[in-house]
Amino acid sequence: MARYAIRLTELTKDYPTGFWRPRPVRALDQVTLDVESGEVLGYLGPNGAGKTTTLKLLMQLIYPTSGRAEILGRPAGDIEAKRRLGYLPELPYFYDNLTAEELLVYFGGLFGLAPAVARTRASTLLDRVGIGAERRRRLRRYSKGMLQRVGIAQALVNDPEVVFLDEPMSGLDPVGRRDMRELIQSLRGEGRTVFFSSHILSDAEALCTRVAILVKGRLVSTGRLADLAFEVQGWELVVSGGERGELAGRGLDAVTTTVSDGRHIIELPFDRPPDQVLPELSRLRFQVVSLIPRHESLEDYFMRLVASRQEPAA
Amino acid sequence: MSVIARIAVQVFKESVRDKVLYNLVLFAVLLIAASYLIGQLTAGQDVKIIKDLGLAATQIFGLVIAVFIGIGLVSKEVERRSIYGLLAKPVRRHELILGKYAGLVLTLAVNVSVMAVALYAVLGYMSWVETEEFRRTWDASATDPAMLTAILLIFVQLMLLTAIALFFSTFSSPILSAVLTFGLFVVGHFNADLRNFERVVDSPVAASLARALYYALPNLAPFDVKAQVVHGHAVSLGYVAATSAYAAAYICALLLAAILIFSRRDFK
Repeated sequence: MARYAIRLTELTKDYPTGFWRPRPVRALDQVTLDVESGEVLGYLGPNGAGKTTTLKLLMQLIYPTSGRAEILGRPAGDIEAKRRLGYLPELPYFYDNLTAEELLVYFGGLFGLAPAVARTRASTLLDRVGIGAERRRRLRRYSKGMLQRVGIAQALVNDPEVVFLDEPMSGLDPVGRRDMRELIQSLRGEGRTVFFSSHILSDAEALCTRVAILVKGRLVSTGRLADLAFEVQGWELVVSGGERGELAGRGLDAVTTTVSDGRHIIELPFDRPPDQVLPELSRLRFQVVSLIPRHESLEDYFMRLVASRQEPAA
Repeated sequence: MSVIARIAVQVFKESVRDKVLYNLVLFAVLLIAASYLIGQLTAGQDVKIIKDLGLAATQIFGLVIAVFIGIGLVSKEVERRSIYGLLAKPVRRHELILGKYAGLVLTLAVNVSVMAVALYAVLGYMSWVETEEFRRTWDASATDPAMLTAILLIFVQLMLLTAIALFFSTFSSPILSAVLTFGLFVVGHFNADLRNFERVVDSPVAASLARALYYALPNLAPFDVKAQVVHGHAVSLGYVAATSAYAAAYICALLLAAILIFSRRDFK
């Protein structure tokens, strides 16, 4: 098995805009990224960051201006690579007059599956994504959420090694989102590589082994969630002993919660570091139980990166 | 089954479930049936009228089906983004174009057959109810098998028009594709006039341009043998073969151009 399931090397895409004098607008700017086999990578960024452009380049729905995209060691668009991947487009749309079952059998056939095998696989997958008796209804009658489920099922029809999901949570209700999260977790458990784009950071936080953050077409950060340079936004100081009333005079009462057995949790803000407070607390006979830095959430991190990218050059 | 055949079967399945198609075929069949009533109004000319109207209905409704489904095959697929899921499968872009084309030709073959059966049914009824004496006044028998030649050439012409619609739909919007295809249908029937343009203009540039257009634009007039067939004049096998070979060459060129454009296209 190739070590890297996906490799992007200085991948760049310009779109021409304007009719008489077309000028290129850079949608993706020299993105270099490796995704190891078995990884779940969250490809994050605000709308217009270039996430869908990257996925379209990987599916060869569009051609790169420069750079390379490879899947399982083969160039994007290669038929052998396509046999081993699954793709859920953003807000998927299929053929109105086919049923979900027929669609899956048709797509299975394109992978060379015999009709009987394709039918069995279609049935199993539709069960897996929660499409019941309505699988025999034409797709024109499906809701957005149901189409998203069918979209996931069709992405898995060939039992792919690498699964690309473009905004898999969009259009789903809370139950649908939970189901989708469980499904991605199960794909991870089965050892598949999952590359999913999202602007919903809480989903990425729960699912990804690694994230890559894209802002205005440039990859600004990649790494395991634990290794990303999250800013410390404050500290959580747990103390015991002492009288809570003593804290009020030091301006700490408002940020203190008393839990039990005389223990107090003090939420220290960023502008009041522990070394300013600890000598005082010690003098008041408080004992430190624990001191934990409070990091910004992935969401805050993301917003900070977006803000710094959007600041005009001085 | 090859990828092209699978795509063709899916296009056929999708098309025959389209209500618009049902309505068109039903309307065509009703029109063919109604030609019997119109025939009754024209003393002695009834069979000719029915044949003429029936063949014209087959051609016009075939054209409408070819254009409206033909332009939808690719441009609607792009517009509605269903092409994203399809091209991510192990499908080469030329296979998609050829599969779509084959699927539509299959759909047209079934529709033209239905219309032909309806026409023969009306003519068969006509032949059955009329007296032997009256039948002898007809140029050709009501159920003259030579009509199949006219239907075959209508079908070949529809195959060519489908290729035109498919070609336009690889790079333009559905509405523009429809307008351009209908435009070429009209121009194609008057193409022969371009050949003789130099006789009516003095400018050699205009004459050369007209001649170039004559060779570039499809010449559809030879596919129309309704008049000969209706009046019982024979259409030679050689003529049918030569006209079909012309269509085949034109279709190949159009499909090749469609594939070249489609293969380089970005689906934004």
